[in-house]
This record gives sequence, C-alpha cells and structure tokens, in this order.
Amino acid sequence: MSSPSSAPLLEVEDLTVAFPSPAGPTDVVHEISFTLDPGRSLGIVGESGSGKSMTSLAIMGLLPPTARRTGRVRLAGREISSLPERQMRRIRGDRIAMIFQDPLSSLNPYYTVGLQIEEAYRAHRPNVTRRKARQVVVEAMERVQITDAARRVDHYPHQFSGGMRQRVMIAMALSTEPDLIIADEPTTALDVTVQAQILRLLRSVQQDTGAGLVLITHDLAVVSEMADDVVVMRSGQCVEYAGCEQLFSDPRHPYTCALIDAVPQLEDDVGELRAVGDAGPSRGGER
Amino acid sequence: MLRFLLARLSGLILILLLVCVCTFAVFFVLSPDPAVQICGKNCTPELIDQIRANLGLDEPLLSQFLSFVGGLFAGRTYGAGDAATHCAAPCLGYSFQSSQPVWEMVTERLPVTVTVAIGAAVLWLLAGVVGGLISALKQGTWWDRGAMLVALSGLSIPNYVFALVLQYVLVVQLEWLPFPQAVGFAADPWQWFANYLMPWTVLAFAYASVYARLTRANVIDTLAENYVRTARAKGLPSHLVVRRHALRPALTPITTIFGMDFAGLLGGALITESVFGLNGVGKLTADAISSNDQPVIMGVTLLAAFFVVAGNVVVDLTYTALDPRVRVKSV
Repeated sequence: MSSPSSAPLLEVEDLTVAFPSPAGPTDVVHEISFTLDPGRSLGIVGESGSGKSMTSLAIMGLLPPTARRTGRVRLAGREISSLPERQMRRIRGDRIAMIFQDPLSSLNPYYTVGLQIEEAYRAHRPNVTRRKARQVVVEAMERVQITDAARRVDHYPHQFSGGMRQRVMIAMALSTEPDLIIADEPTTALDVTVQAQILRLLRSVQQDTGAGLVLITHDLAVVSEMADDVVVMRSGQCVEYAGCEQLFSDPRHPYTCALIDAVPQLEDDVGELRAVGDAGPSRGGER
Repeated sequence: MLRFLLARLSGLILILLLVCVCTFAVFFVLSPDPAVQICGKNCTPELIDQIRANLGLDEPLLSQFLSFVGGLFAGRTYGAGDAATHCAAPCLGYSFQSSQPVWEMVTERLPVTVTVAIGAAVLWLLAGVVGGLISALKQGTWWDRGAMLVALSGLSIPNYVFALVLQYVLVVQLEWLPFPQAVGFAADPWQWFANYLMPWTVLAFAYASVYARLTRANVIDTLAENYVRTARAKGLPSHLVVRRHALRPALTPITTIFGMDFAGLLGGALITESVFGLNGVGKLTADAISSNDQPVIMGVTLLAAFFVVAGNVVVDLTYTALDPRVRVKSV
C-alpha cells in the first residue's frame, strides 16, 4: 500500500458508457467506481458482454466514436476523462499501457515486432535516436524472456508463437515504463500451459516496475491468483467490489456466488457443469 | 525466390501456349476460309488452291499449328521458290487486308496504347485512391456521399457515352480542346496532350470509380482492425496511425487489382481508342474484327494474353515484396 497521503494511482468514479440505440441511449457500463493504488492489482471479472472491455477502453479514451462516456477517471489525482485528445494521447502508451486479448490480430502483420515496440517507445520520446530506441526494445524483449532478442527484433509477428506474441505485447507495454498496465483478457487466446507462463510473467514485471495492474478476465481462477481487489461486473454494473480473499471466502452477491460455483471442479461429475443462475442480462441492455 | 520465379515463368509459357491453341482453334478452324477472303472478286479455284498452298492451309491442322508456333519463335517462310517470303521471328503472319506483317502492325500501334494506359493509370490511381481514402476517413459526411455518388455514376455510365459527351462539350461546344489530330509529341506537345487528355479521362473515370469504392471499403475495414487499436493505444498521433498502420494493409490488395487492370489495358482499349480515333492496338483489334482479318485478330489476342499473364507474374512478385507474411516463412 502506498502512503495514505498520496492520491491513488487510478480512480474511476461513476463511469458510464452509453451507446445510441433505437430505444434511446443504452448503458453498456453503468456507474462503475473503483480505485487502484500504485503497485496493486485489480481484477475485473464478468461474463462476455458484461462491459469489462468497454470499461478499459473508456479509461484509455479509446471508445468507438458513437459511444458516450460520463463519470470521472483520475490518474494519480489528475482527471484524465476530460482531457482533449492531444493530451490524452500523451498519456496513452506512456503512462497507461494496454495489453490486448488476441496478440496476433493486435500486432500489425506488415511490420517487424521491433519496429512496433520501438514505435510505442518513440511516440513519447521523439528525440531519442533509433539506436538508443532499438537498445530499449531489445532490453524490453529480454525482460519478457524472449530468447535471442537481438535477432528476433527483426522478425514479423507471424514468425512468433502465440505466447511469444503476447510477450511482445507485454514488452511493448513495458518499454515506456508505464504507471498503469491494463491487460484485457491477456491469456484468453493462449494455450493453458502458456497462460500460466504469461500470467507469471505479467505478475513479475508488475512487481519489478511497481506499476498498477488492471486485469480484465472472465476467469475467476486467474483473478484469485493475480488480483488484490476484484470488481465483479454483470450487464454493465458492478455487482460486487471487494478484496480478493474476502470475495472468495465470503461472497456477498448471489451472482458472485453463482460465478464461483460455476467454476468446474475436478470432483464434479462429467456433464454436470453448472450454469450461472438467471444468466440473462438484468438490465435488458443487450440485444 | 528463384524457384518461385521459375515456377511462375513456366506457368506463363504454358498459359500462353494454351491461349495459342484456343485462338488458333477459334479463328482458323471455325471461321470462313481465309483463302476465299484473300482471293477477292476475280477468283478462280486454281488461285484459291495457290493461296492455300502459300499460306500452308492445305496442310493438316496440327502441322499448321506447329508452323504457326514455330513462326513465333523462329520465323517461317511462306510459299516456295521465287514466291517465297520469309517472315522473321516473332512471326504472327500477314494481314489478309493490307498484307503487312502483323507483328509490325502491332508494334507500330503499341506506343499509342501504352501512352493511353499509363496516362489513364496515373489519373485513376490518384483520383481513386485519394478519393477513396478521404471518403473512408470522412465516412458519412457530404464529401463521402458525394464522392461515392460520382463513383457510382462512373461505374454505370458506359465508356462511349461519356466519351462522346466529353468530346461534344469540350471540343465542339466550349472549344477548350483542339480537334484531335494525329501528331507526335515533339511536333506539337499541346495538340498531343489534348489528343490524349480525353481518352485518359474517360478510362480513368471508369477505373477510378472502382478504385475509390475499393479503397474506401479496405481502409474502413483496416481501421477496425485490432492492430490499429493497438497503434492508438500506444499514443501514436492519428496521422501516423492511418499512414503506417491502416494505409499499407489497405492498399496492398489494390496493387493486385491494379496490375491486372493495367495489363488488360495494354492489350488495347477497344472502345475508347475507336471513339477518339487513336491508332492504338485497341483500334487495330476493332478494325480487324470488323474486317475478319484473322492473323491480326490472332496477333492482338496473343499480345493481350501475354500482357495479362505477364502482369500476373509482376503482381505476384510485388505482393511478395509488400506482404511479409508471404515473403518470410515462419520459423
């Protein structure tokens, strides 16, 4: 925990994201609030369409143009939700870095991974020479344990395996030494064995750099491993916000209980997968 | 890379041979007896036989075909004794109408067609790609709607209608452009330019319409790609996001279509050249068809096929250079 006098790293207050629809604006995220202190990690869990990813894009200011965002987002005490695009751009990638779900489609197939990482670094340091930037890139790749990084910087994304691509994405996020990393389902597209490696890596780099981590996932097991605090989302609303241990030992909301129950256990009989009770959206927000 | 090239080149030769067979079959087997045609009014059966013998038409089909292909690569000699004429390689035979060597007729007209194709290509690439890009970036605005409306009309107005209207308005009514006259560039650059300006515009309008719609669709699709979102999340300024991350993936497929279109145009723009009286390969084709001049038709068909097939190879090579997924095998 950081000292109580300093502001939290990230404060989200009554964040709402609405999309126009024939029936008037529909909230896909409704009055979400949470805080994250430096060096801590927060998990946002929920089923598909619960508004997890929209929450992360809203923090980044990367919502689709038709979306309307209200509420406040503060980064280290400074309100960033009202910043003009030019200033927000300087924060994006530099102070808040993002890791996306599918590393193959999230990397441009036409450019080497080195160039794509370098781009992130140089976007915020225009005066840095290419040589220095390249050195930073190789170091970042070494930090995420890509072997033979000096040679692999010049490879294209399709020459990497899924797990290695996600390491490239993490290296890209790390290269600017951000205060906050938002990882949106970083392991969903990966094999189970690789998932564990990537999570371990994410955890260790977060601890090394002291960055805050917002981890978005549908996987409760991931949250229980990684997060200090958890926000449970459903149909765009926060149904429960609690410390991780408390959430698993003493879930308050029936939806959270149902989610925890729905995690398949090895002892369960085959064919006895439990559904989340009353899984339909409670607000009628979805098509 | 070398193997790739060799494979493509052997494919090229194979396809050209097939085209040879097809054109030969269509024009020499199915159409009326060329000897009768050449013979003209005061024809006697003896004369016909003589012409047949001279052209080698009395030989079996296969040997006729082989001597045609042989003529392409090694030249051939028509007739025998004093009447023998040698046709140097690449020999496409002689026109039934003018008795000129077809190869000469085609190569004489090729510069005009190439000029038409290059000028039009420059115009349509500029208008189509730039217009489509702006439309994509300003999707839904008045510019987008207007540009797409113009593109739609370019697709739907037939070439010759637009050509005639343009000629009538610019030359006859407004007199902005001089009446077309066949001059070389060196003799009168302005007249030369004016001659080509309308054909360029007419062709470019039709092609640019396709390219604008294509570019627009491709750019819009690419802007929705995850890697464009990544580029934004890095904090790149939006002009860099568009230029580096959206434009290249969006335009790469367009090079393929451009290669094919341009190669197709090198085979001659029949209607446009005819309407504007340009003495290019397209006009030669149109004239040859209307006078049933089989060797000429065969020659221009082969030429067009060659350009299309060669264009295909160039497109493959360009694509390989542009897309690392094709160029670099995964490790």
